[in-house]
Amino acid sequence: MIEVHNISKSFGDRNILNGVSFVFEQGKCNLIIGESGSGKTVFCKCMVGLLKTDGGTVLYNNRNFTSMDFYERKEIRKEIGMLFQGGALFDSMTVEENIIFPLSMFTNKSLEEKRDRANFCLSRVNLPNAASLYPSELSGGMKKRVAIARAIAVEPKYLFCDEPNSGLDPRTSIVIDELIKEITYEYNITTVVITHDMNSVLEIGDNIAFLYKGNILWKGNKEEILHTGKNELIDFVYATKFLKEFRKKIVK
Amino acid sequence: MKLLHHFGKYVLLMKRAFGRPEKYTIYYRQSITEINSLGIGSLGIAAIISVFMGAVITIQSSFNFTSAWIPLYAVGLATRQGIILEFAPTIISLILAGKVGSSIASEIGTMRVTEQIDALEVMGINSASYLIMPKVLAAVFINPFIILISMFLGIFGGWLFGILTGVVSSYEYIYGIQYQFKPFGVTYALIKTVVFAFIITSVSAYHGYYTNGGALEVGRSSTKAVVYSNILILVFNFLLTQLLMS
Repeated sequence: MIEVHNISKSFGDRNILNGVSFVFEQGKCNLIIGESGSGKTVFCKCMVGLLKTDGGTVLYNNRNFTSMDFYERKEIRKEIGMLFQGGALFDSMTVEENIIFPLSMFTNKSLEEKRDRANFCLSRVNLPNAASLYPSELSGGMKKRVAIARAIAVEPKYLFCDEPNSGLDPRTSIVIDELIKEITYEYNITTVVITHDMNSVLEIGDNIAFLYKGNILWKGNKEEILHTGKNELIDFVYATKFLKEFRKKIVK
Repeated sequence: MKLLHHFGKYVLLMKRAFGRPEKYTIYYRQSITEINSLGIGSLGIAAIISVFMGAVITIQSSFNFTSAWIPLYAVGLATRQGIILEFAPTIISLILAGKVGSSIASEIGTMRVTEQIDALEVMGINSASYLIMPKVLAAVFINPFIILISMFLGIFGGWLFGILTGVVSSYEYIYGIQYQFKPFGVTYALIKTVVFAFIITSVSAYHGYYTNGGALEVGRSSTKAVVYSNILILVFNFLLTQLLMS
């Protein structure tokens, strides 16, 4: 479980997060949704310590991450897997080397064991024959799947996914969503997904926070989101002309 | 003020870069890879430049030593001194700053803008240490060898082209390069080389590490890395010469 209390962050005069609080539950897909520029990625980066917060606390299973020094944070980070928007795979390494890399850094497993783990993770994300390929040889969806494989290789307790569906076609997006959902339930991990994709929200949103101009305006789950009364959220959920027409029919 | 800000940021980055490695074997392997790519990969260009540098110094010296009072072996002496004291350590380091410096800055800069450095950090890896330390250690270790080879090839180039163009005889040239040879000259050159190697790799890594933006900024970082490395090499060349030779 991750608890965030009163996180605030600004860049110069621009306030990005204004005292955001939320509880990310274990074994569930926790979604932070919002429009582009609402502060979702900044929120995520503050949680994993890539950005320094101006105030507030982040607790990983009651361990205060914000007050830790560099070396204490490293211990928590070993429990974190993260899927970046572009995959962030290491270009100079093959897919297998990418997955083995965190294992080599933090475990004393033999090469054989590490390879077995890499193959298991690759088959878990349905890419059993991609081990020898380089990231430049992969499609966008494959990169995301390899990034998930790398993230789960170290058996993380917390999985962060920053816009896992960005740049993907709807079918591949569904595959990625399914994968995130399965991994979350299978390993009982705390998953945090940053997205503005409504299909993902309705597919995997067990616990949702709607971020609007640096504040959490609404909390709920995928069943509740369709019946919200918040105008800002209605505009977000029913953004397209088709959905607007659909909502009018429902309301009637 | 801006200069002080950058200097402070650079010192803090170096402090992180030379922090305790996560796993020594991986850093060792990484250093060997860097020795190959930064050092062995630069041998070709260093060799070509050295041979022709030696040749030009020999020919220039012979054309300028027109007085009958100056013996012909002075051509060999001038080539030796020029190559060992300045051309090999300083000019080759300036060239390496262009080749190696831009490569380091663009490599680390690209990793920054594609979130690969963030990925390392989130994994719990000290990205500064993992990316910078092996490069610095590799250059500090291998550059003196490159410079020694450059010295040899420079003096050899002077001899070869001196004979081929007929400006100096083999006997006089060899007598000249041996005349009043002080081994401290080589030590001085190697001390400079080590300092320059540290400057090239650390300054370039600094510019790459703090790249912010996209492809355009990676290009800018790469240019800045070369420009600042070159300026610092020249400044430290003056300081070290003053310290070690006066």
